[in-house]
Order: sequence, then C-alpha cells, then structure tokens
Amino acid sequence: MAYNSDTRVCIRGARKQFGASGEIVALNGVDLDVYPGEVVLIIGPSGSGKSTLLRSINRLETLSAGDIWVDGARVTDPAIDIRKIREDVGMVFQAFNLFPHLSALQNLTMAPRTVKRREKTEADRDARRLLERVGLADKEHARPDELSGGQQQRVAIARALAMNPKVMLFDEPTSALDPEMIKEVLDVMLDLAKEGMTMIVVSHEMGFARAAADKVVFMDEGEVVEVGAPAELFDSAVEERTKRFLDHIL
Amino acid sequence: MAEIIPKRGDDAPGDVSSSPARLTVNVSDGALIPDRGERSLFSAWRISFFGAIVLLVTLPIVSPSPYLEILRFIPDGVVTTFQVTILSILISLVIGLITGLGRISRNVVLNRIATIYVEVIRGIPLLVQLFYIYFALGQIVQVPRLTAAILAMSICYGAYMGEIFRAGLQSVPKGQMEAALALGLSRRQALRKVILPQTLLIILPPVGNEFIALLKDSSLVSIIAVADLLRRGREFASVTFEYFEAYTVVALVYLVITLFLSKIVSYLETWVQKRGVQ
Ligand SMILES: Nc1ncnc2c1ncn2[C@@H]1O[C@H](COP(=O)(O)OP(=O)(O)OP(=O)(O)O)[C@@H](O)[C@H]1O
Ligand SMILES: [Mg+2]
Repeated sequence: MAYNSDTRVCIRGARKQFGASGEIVALNGVDLDVYPGEVVLIIGPSGSGKSTLLRSINRLETLSAGDIWVDGARVTDPAIDIRKIREDVGMVFQAFNLFPHLSALQNLTMAPRTVKRREKTEADRDARRLLERVGLADKEHARPDELSGGQQQRVAIARALAMNPKVMLFDEPTSALDPEMIKEVLDVMLDLAKEGMTMIVVSHEMGFARAAADKVVFMDEGEVVEVGAPAELFDSAVEERTKRFLDHIL
Repeated sequence: MAEIIPKRGDDAPGDVSSSPARLTVNVSDGALIPDRGERSLFSAWRISFFGAIVLLVTLPIVSPSPYLEILRFIPDGVVTTFQVTILSILISLVIGLITGLGRISRNVVLNRIATIYVEVIRGIPLLVQLFYIYFALGQIVQVPRLTAAILAMSICYGAYMGEIFRAGLQSVPKGQMEAALALGLSRRQALRKVILPQTLLIILPPVGNEFIALLKDSSLVSIIAVADLLRRGREFASVTFEYFEAYTVVALVYLVITLFLSKIVSYLETWVQKRGVQ
C-alpha cells in the first residue's frame, strides 16, 4: 500500500523488533489510516503492540521497518527534524508524567515558551484558557502532587493542547485512575472529539468508544486483526480472535 | 531521598562500571545526624554539640593560658578551612555535573572518559592525590599551595559528586524525559528545564553530606603547609609544646562546625522529602 495523502496519520508496514537480536516482534506490519477529525480507538490484549504503535507516531520508538506520515511529513525519515513533528503531535500518558517541580500553569506554558519562544503573557493567557476548558481554572498555582489523579490527567491533556497539536495520542489515559475519576477525564476527551480533534486513543473504555470513536482497531500480536465502526465491531466482529477478546473484556 | 547517596568509604574502585549500581543509605561519613524519630541519637547530638560549646567557652575562662591564646590564634585557620572547603565544593559541583552527565551519556567516548575519571580518582587516596598534584606535578609546574590544595580536593570530590549527580539524574522517572521530548523539546532543553531542576532538589542532602566530608578531609591540606585550622593548631603547639591543649581546641572546633552543618543537612533532608517529588 502506498501513502494516502488524505490522511492526518498514515501508517504503512510498521514493524518493530526489540531485543539484542530482534527476537521480540512488537509490531508485525501494521497499516492504518487516520483521517483529519477522526477518533480512532485501539484495543487489544497486553503486549499486542498498542503502545509501541502509538509511540512510533512521534518517534519515541524508531520503527525497524515501514513508514509513518503525520500531515504529509514522513516521521520515519531519519533526516527529518523530529522536534517539528512532535510539536504537532500531542501525547497523553497513562502515568500523566506532569513535571512535578512546576505549577499546573507552568506545566502548560513551559513547552510553548521553550520550543515556540512564546511571550510569557501570551502563553499564560492561552494556558489559563485551556485550564478553564478542562475545568481547572482555580488550580493554576497547584503543583501536580496537590492534584488528584483525574485533575493531573486533565492538566496533562491541557499541556499537550497548549502546543496546538494536529493530532492527539492517548495511551490508556484512564487506566491509572480511581473509578470515580475516570468520567471527568473521558468527558474532556469527548469534548475534544466533538470539537473535531484528530485522536488516536488506546483504551478499553467501551462507553467512550461508542460515544466518540469513528473506528475501533483490534490489535493482537503486533498485527491489526480487524477494523470497524464501534457498533459493528463490538456487536458483530468477524474474526475469531476479536470475538474472544471482546467476550473477555465486555 | 537518602537512597540516592552513593555509598562512600568502602567503594571498591571496580564497582563503578556496573551501571545502575545498588545504592545504599549511608550517613556514617558525616557527623551524627539528628533524627527526630530517634530520641537517643538526638540527645547524643545535643550532648556532643552543646558539650563541645560549653568546653570551648569554659576552658578559656578557667585557664586563659593557653586556651584563650589558642582561641585567638586559630580563627585565621578556620577562615582558610572554609575557603578551601567552599571553593572546592563549588568546583567539584561543576566537575560533578559534567561527570554525571557523561556517565549517563549515550555517547560512548564521553561515557568512557567520565567512568574512567571516577574509577581512577576513587581508587587513589585523597592524600596521595594531594601529594601528586603538589609535589609530583610540582616538578613540572609549581602551583601555589592553596591552589594545589583546592585543585586536589575539587578533582577528588568531583568524582564523588559525579556519582551523586548520576544517581540523581537517573532517579528522575523516564516518563519525564519522554513527556518533554513529546512536547517538542530537544534533549538538551529537556535536561535543563525538566530533569536538572528535579535532580538538584533531590541531590541537595547528599551534596550537604559531601560538604561536611570535604570540610573534614580539608584538614589533609595542612600537610602541604596550607595554614588551615589543623595547621594553625600545630603551629601553636610547636612553639609552646602544649600539644594536648592545642589539639583539644582544634578537635572541638571541628566538632562544633560539623555537628552544626549536619543539623542543617538533616533539615534539608526533611524539607526535600516534604517537597515530595512525585
Ligand atoms: N523497550 C522495550 N524493550 C523490549 N521489549 C519491549 C519494549 N517495549 C515493548 N516491548 C515488547 O513489545 C511488545 C509490545 O509491547 P507494547 O507495550 O506495545 O504492548 P501494549 O499493547 O501496549 O501492552 P499493554 O496493554 O500491556 O500496555 C511486548 O511484548 C513488550 O514486552
Ligand atoms: Mg501499553
């Protein structure tokens, strides 16, 4: 398959091997098209390569073979300035990874000011707007350890948004949260989806999938086994492996 | 926090290269560190500290000759001791930062150079390094005593600081670097804005302990005739032959200083712990 120029993210033949002799195959030839404004949910058993795929999109992992394009730029080109691409790709981690020595506001402004050389007053103003958007306007001075898990993850989402990304990657954003905090984070993500943000989300939150996802990708052993609309995939999966996995988690 | 202190004293030079070295808590190199949890230790600190102060006050009153004379004679030495200690600690911090970055560098050459430096320096006694810089290298370029002293202390402690920086840098979770890179920061920007600020906070207590250790080790420089606290005591005694009195005062002054500093370090430790890095 060739590069599809209509996509925001285009993945072709992605292969990733780990280990001294490449004995661990984390990705075994993945193809995926993500169109602008689309919300794509990735599900699959532990070790199926979901995180590796996500981390290859902003090159936190370097593919062993295959190509990835973000908005037309070939991420896998060794000569490309990967920092420019990372500015356009927001990432939200399972463990939040907020900067503990900075306040919520500073967590948001650090990258725009360091990378984009934004003025402090401008960056602060935009950051306040984003904190308000995730419902944390009153927490701008709080340090991460003074926030609950759900609040931290919302700050982390706002931090990624502060760079004005063209696509957002979420790696199990709610799986480190206590059950009562999951909703506040999913609500923020739902709003983002409604506003037309392109999102690739690794998550097993079926409610979110049905409400927001345009398509669901089932991965197993480094391969995309099946792709479909949420209702289609959850209720009438074709592949045996997909059915077994869905029986297991639903 | 304390577990990032590389164990001192019995580190065999060979153990440096085994990368994420097992680090153990070790405060035995400093003076007794008061711990509010342990009453007996706390009172031991109090007895030692205030006991030493009481002796330093009463001895000159009870017997002004020679104690008052000694107390008048040694302040120059205290100044020199602090001069050597502070300058050495500052230079060793710079060396330590560079060495620590080298030790975690993915550049093989830099990494190897930093590791060799740490191995070599930690394998040679400080006194031998001091002699080496002042007498052996002195045959090639003669440097002033004080400069040689500070140079030797800095180079030696730079290696230990390097290990503290390495442990501190490595104690920052991997996700911090990844989050910074994902936002578009370069590795260098991420180090400066994200990793180092967290490292500096974490290493504050162990650096304080190094300061105390260095202050005590600085007494070695008296051997190359730098007029530090110990040297001043010896100068006094060699004229009056009152060795017992002179060295008693010298010991008491060192004790008061190190006990005082170790109290500060223990406060730093609690403060850093309260700041609780995630
Ligand atoms: N840095 C690494 N070194 C070696 N092997 C790795 C590394 N990262 C991932 N792997 C391996 O690659 C495979 C895919 O891992 P990955 O983390 O992408 O799975 P995942 O689908 O995200 O799983 P989970 O649901 O547990 O997060 C696994 O076998 C994993 O052990
Ligand atoms: Mg994962």
